[in-house]
Amino acid sequence: MRRNGPLALIFHTIFVIVMVAPILVVCLVAFTPEGFLSLPTNGFSLRWFRAIAQYPEFIHAFWVSLGLGALSSFVALLFAVPAALAIARYRFRGRDALAALFLSPLMIPHVVLGIAFLRFFTSVGFGGSFAALIIAHVIIVFPFALRLTLAAATGMDRTVEMAAVSLGAGGWTLFRRVTLPLILPGVISGWALAFIQSFDDLTMTVFLAAPGTETLPVRMFLYIQDNIDPLVTSVSACVIAVTMTALILLDRFYGLDRVLAGKGDPGR
Amino acid sequence: MSMAAEERSTRAPWALTAPALMLFVGVLLIPLAMTVMLSFHDWGQYKGIEPVFILKNWREIATDPYYAEMFWRTFRIAILTTLLTALLGAPEAYILNRMSGRWKSFFLLVILGPLLISVVARTLGWALLFGGNNGLVNKLLMSLGAIRSPIPFMFTETGMVVALAHVMMPFMVLSVWAALQRLDPQIENAAMSLGAGPVTIVRRIIMPQIMPGVLSGAIIVFSLSASAFATPAIIGGRRLKVAATLAYDEFLNTLNWPLGAAVATLLLVALVLIVVGSNALIERRYAEVFR
Repeated sequence: MRRNGPLALIFHTIFVIVMVAPILVVCLVAFTPEGFLSLPTNGFSLRWFRAIAQYPEFIHAFWVSLGLGALSSFVALLFAVPAALAIARYRFRGRDALAALFLSPLMIPHVVLGIAFLRFFTSVGFGGSFAALIIAHVIIVFPFALRLTLAAATGMDRTVEMAAVSLGAGGWTLFRRVTLPLILPGVISGWALAFIQSFDDLTMTVFLAAPGTETLPVRMFLYIQDNIDPLVTSVSACVIAVTMTALILLDRFYGLDRVLAGKGDPGR
Repeated sequence: MSMAAEERSTRAPWALTAPALMLFVGVLLIPLAMTVMLSFHDWGQYKGIEPVFILKNWREIATDPYYAEMFWRTFRIAILTTLLTALLGAPEAYILNRMSGRWKSFFLLVILGPLLISVVARTLGWALLFGGNNGLVNKLLMSLGAIRSPIPFMFTETGMVVALAHVMMPFMVLSVWAALQRLDPQIENAAMSLGAGPVTIVRRIIMPQIMPGVLSGAIIVFSLSASAFATPAIIGGRRLKVAATLAYDEFLNTLNWPLGAAVATLLLVALVLIVVGSNALIERRYAEVFR
């Protein structure tokens, strides 16, 4: 294969700089020693990170986001693992339609989902509650949990299971001792990807969050709507750090290209 | 297979998918149906939502030019964003694919990573870079001599397209990159050995083969841009509305839920028609590539 020419490399360099620039500028401005938005030209300061401590609503929103992401991803897996096993192993009527339904939250605009959930939860008297947020997030992260579990279940070596069955294992024991350990990398990666999606969602959550159940992206968005100051950049820098950590872990354990390319679509 | 085993194999998949199916019917399909119904309800400043069946909201959207302009703006921004990501993302994916192993995976991580970083944080970055008339982007462009007077980015469609293109770029690169993985590098060598120049190779060999990747990336980018909320809300401000930010306003500021539901329903239907329609076209046109 031919190598990239100088023109291609210049294009590539500019492309990468533009891709990284907005993220980098947020992280840099977060370290400014000044009282206004500026790049830290006179040395670095942590004053805006310390300032976060004086805004309990950001701290509270962070814990809401963390709990919501962890819990909704876990609940999504409780539903997604059996569904993935069924779709991976059986050829039954309605299989493709079911798979399409389970992946449909990827297709439906999040603003529409937000409105639908707001309408639904207010009319059943759950409006603005943490429980409503969890159920809504289970739906939006479900496709991610399903895809990675499905990929693991499809690629699994069935002979080990057959050996276990021939030795008398069945039902729950078979699942807990043989099947689950075999698909566990896919399940954990599915959880991590689902967590990131939940942790970052703004568009759907902004409709459901009430004072007290505001997630971090919602809190940041409402803050930015009023004014942009270095405080929100230091909060953003913390969010970026959390996501980067999850990303690097995901890349180490599973491979980021595999996660993002969404291998394991049924019928592909 | 015995009778009992056969019976189990038809019942087992349904038993395994039943919990998820019930969840999806209960808290996805029913709420969506309720939203469509809501768009036919009446609303008044003092009486609130009245559960009757009228076409008031739909008539308002069809006749008031404000909505036509807003939807046209939404789709114009989505189309420009899609073009920008295709023009820059496809060559970048090609360059990326020709890099050696370690550099390839490093830059893939750098370019795809932002996909998972908070959209609010990424858009905030653009707001900082644009920042008024003497923002960093304008300073840089002026010192390079590319422009004479600063371009207004904040609260304009230009700024929205640039920021949205950045947010959506990973989807395009990923899609084209996936198409490139199916491409046999020997074909390129064969063309070269037959005397084809680099321009001919790109135009006659590479382009036709990655086109399905570009098109499926374009569908993803278009549908996500047309329904984007965070970037238009932060860069566009309160005045420059798109479909998603207008629906948000109707729901949480004006409190005219039926009208907001009508806007959302129209957005959903329009997007589903466009996505399903263009998917069918692409699959027919490039049937041999999808096998």
